Amino acid sequence: MQIDITVNGTAESHDVEARTLLVYYLRDAVGLKGTNVGCDTTSCGACTVLLNGESVKSCTVLAAQVAGEEVTTIEGLALEDGRMHPVQQAFQECHGLQCGYCTPGMVMAITSLLAENPDPTEEYIRLGLEGNLCRCTGYHNIVAAALAASQALEMRQ
Amino acid sequence: MSILGNRVLRREDPKFLTVGGTYVADLALPGSVHVTFVRSSMAHARIVSVDSTYAQAMPGVLAVYTNDDLGLPKFPTIMGMTNEAMTPPMLASGTVRYVGEPIAAIVAESREIAEDALEQVVVEYEPLKVVIDPVKARTDEDLLFPDAGTNTSFSLDFGGDETLFDDCEVVVELTLANQRVAPCPLEVRSAAAHMSEDGRLEFNSSTQAPHGVRDALATFLDLEPDQVHVVTPDVGGGFGAKGAVYPEDIVVGWCAQKLGRPVRWTETRSESMLGLGHGRAQVQHVRIGGTREGAVLAYRIEVLQDTGAYAGFGAVLPFMTRMMTSGPYKIPRAECASYSVVTNSTPTTAYRGAGRPEATAAIERIMDLFAREIDMDPAELRRRNLIEKDDFPYTTPVDTVYDVGDYHRALDLALEVAGYDDLRAEQVRRRTAGDVRQLGIGLSCYVEITNGLPDGEFGAVEVRPDGKVIVRTGTSPHGQGHVTAWSMLVAEQLGVAIEDIEVIHGDTDVVPRGAGTMGSRSLQVGGAAVNQAAVDVVEKAKDLAADLFEADRDDIVLDKANGRFHVVGTPALSRSWAELAEAAAKDGTALFAEVDLASPGPTYPFGTHISVVEVDTETGKVNVLRHIAVDDAGRIISPLLAEGQVHGGIAQGVAQALLEEVVYDLDGNPLTSTLADYSFISAAELPSYETRFTETPTPVNALGAKGIGESGTIGSTPAVHNAVCDAVAHLGVRHIDMPTTPVRVWSAINDAVTGHGTAKGGR
Ligand code: FES
Ligand code: FES
Repeated sequence: MQIDITVNGTAESHDVEARTLLVYYLRDAVGLKGTNVGCDTTSCGACTVLLNGESVKSCTVLAAQVAGEEVTTIEGLALEDGRMHPVQQAFQECHGLQCGYCTPGMVMAITSLLAENPDPTEEYIRLGLEGNLCRCTGYHNIVAAALAASQALEMRQ
Repeated sequence: MSILGNRVLRREDPKFLTVGGTYVADLALPGSVHVTFVRSSMAHARIVSVDSTYAQAMPGVLAVYTNDDLGLPKFPTIMGMTNEAMTPPMLASGTVRYVGEPIAAIVAESREIAEDALEQVVVEYEPLKVVIDPVKARTDEDLLFPDAGTNTSFSLDFGGDETLFDDCEVVVELTLANQRVAPCPLEVRSAAAHMSEDGRLEFNSSTQAPHGVRDALATFLDLEPDQVHVVTPDVGGGFGAKGAVYPEDIVVGWCAQKLGRPVRWTETRSESMLGLGHGRAQVQHVRIGGTREGAVLAYRIEVLQDTGAYAGFGAVLPFMTRMMTSGPYKIPRAECASYSVVTNSTPTTAYRGAGRPEATAAIERIMDLFAREIDMDPAELRRRNLIEKDDFPYTTPVDTVYDVGDYHRALDLALEVAGYDDLRAEQVRRRTAGDVRQLGIGLSCYVEITNGLPDGEFGAVEVRPDGKVIVRTGTSPHGQGHVTAWSMLVAEQLGVAIEDIEVIHGDTDVVPRGAGTMGSRSLQVGGAAVNQAAVDVVEKAKDLAADLFEADRDDIVLDKANGRFHVVGTPALSRSWAELAEAAAKDGTALFAEVDLASPGPTYPFGTHISVVEVDTETGKVNVLRHIAVDDAGRIISPLLAEGQVHGGIAQGVAQALLEEVVYDLDGNPLTSTLADYSFISAAELPSYETRFTETPTPVNALGAKGIGESGTIGSTPAVHNAVCDAVAHLGVRHIDMPTTPVRVWSAINDAVTGHGTAKGGR
């Protein structure tokens, strides 16, 4: 079936099987490979993207369910002038990534968390990231990056 | 000023953060077909038949292959040490020995078709007796390999000294489990293969050792190594478990050869939980003895290692456990005996620490029990028995030679950062008040071995006429940040900007040799090789500069501040790296040096971790409040990366102490085969860490560096485990096996208080 989704501001229209998950729509139909798959039980969050600005696990949503809506992936997060988004920047500055596999999902999840709560505590972030697993960083620097990004975003306003 | 030791941000990051990494599953492979594997649903059974008639007839299915179709040999033994009858076949041959064992490979036009076809293959089994408990396996009552006549795959037993504990006033014993865990790199196993136009096998692999994969493919598929080209793109973590070559990798290569079509395979997470090797899986019996004043005189550990269904790397893990028998302590007499046995479970393999965390967990837990027995503070007992800094090189009772260390310094710093005395005072307060939430303080002093296998490493540095520096390394990073670290090393030697350096790894055509990244070896061997190549290229450049300046070779100076060469005394007249490379090119040569560094031998990082936990005595729930880690990995080249390694290690170590365990029922059915069932640790269960480094440079390599990849895991698990047991010790609990889940903690408290059960005496 033909499914139209706005991805990173671009109108996409692709003919895919009705059972196609959003994550495979993005990876295979649109060709954006930044969003990763880490599990088959909605447990890891590697596939997290923004749906109308809010984080969702794209392995748990059918592409057909979000036809006509707006999806943002890691590839669409950088600022218009090409500079990294404050969350992306904080990840580099705080060494919030190692192998990078969880990273796109983490960055999107944190972007969404900070939109909900611009001035979060460490605990708020840790609980908010419960569904995003990372095996490399021990989360310390991911949490630090989230806190640093919240400050940077605040300063921008 | 030196760049080494500074906080340099990772050069790798912008790509990962803006478009994501390029993992095997992300690679374009036009026209590719997909492989899936029919896997055993039985833990132990004879295969009566495999009927793939329906699957083969499905549109889009190209072929279904069983082991007989492949005609490939079995895997070899590990370094000739393991029982030959117990090595794995490529696909199950006649008998299946664990749930998840691959039985047949399906090749189809799409992943969906291949998955649909899986359900159409009918395997008829005749069940055999299942052996899941390693203690039971050791009795040889039911055998996995009747031809072998035993379940023992490997053992290390040099006999025991019956008088070992004779002069000890106090002897304490414990049997403890170092439970089976799943490594869980976030990227699962994945491979892609095709034949190039000139008939070579092109192979992409999510591995820690591309050259190992190349050599294995060549051996099994009967090709010359140069007929195989392995490229490792970005790899989403490995933790030791991607150091080995798996049967699936070989089958994917075989299918590409056989069908002449591009082939790809990416397992599901649920397959990975059963197919990727598991870690740890030891049952240990330990005994410690000494005086009432706290002098430890004797120690013995007996290890029962669960190998899983076939004898792979897991079988020889006790080799490393044995090397680290007596830990950081000066114990006059220490022994280790080990027995590795096969059971009907996923084969075990290296997992972050590989044999050393097990050694540390055993001695650190029994040190606490010994301290309790003689009524001494556990920190004090450790202080009295640590090897002194003047004792190095120190030869242990099992003949391991520790290079260098200052173990007391690490202990003292950890106690200071923790505010140990205040913590103990708070603990007393809560105990006296009978608080529901009790405080536990756990220590772990560790020493471990890095670069334990005697492989050397390749490194090369080339300066091009455009001023770009190309570095090639035989290591194979998958998150460790070698691009940044090796750039720092080369920038330091050459005096060039990091941005002008390109680091190439993971391509067997461009990098001729390499042992890969595992066992915390990379910096001390691979980094050292690159460093040496950089030193050599500076020397070559000086030769060229001497010719150009018509000056004496010994008068040539490299000004590292600007990366230019001049004759001593006349800095105004200078030549750049690019100019010298240009001169070399005119001579028909290149400004290039390559090094095959022989292994300089292992190094022994050490440190002290302290964990502070709160245990809810009504629910058994453990909350980690603080984790203090003092690690000494010799000279720290990149504090940013070193700290990151420690952080990741701590999380995995805490996970083992508190949460994670691979569980099988008695019929060998896995109960933790998805990430929904397996308690993969999350941010919500961890605090931020307090990390410090002490730096005691090792004389073993030119960088003075030891490995830091696994220390966090090794140091943290026993600290947390001891903290949990410490929190409830005053209630009469002697020991709780890992993982210290709420149920276990609650039961232990309940048993102790009511005087029932076995928790008091451990297992
Ligand atoms: S892939 Fe794991 S939650 Fe979506
Ligand atoms: S950086 Fe590797 S899983 Fe998070």
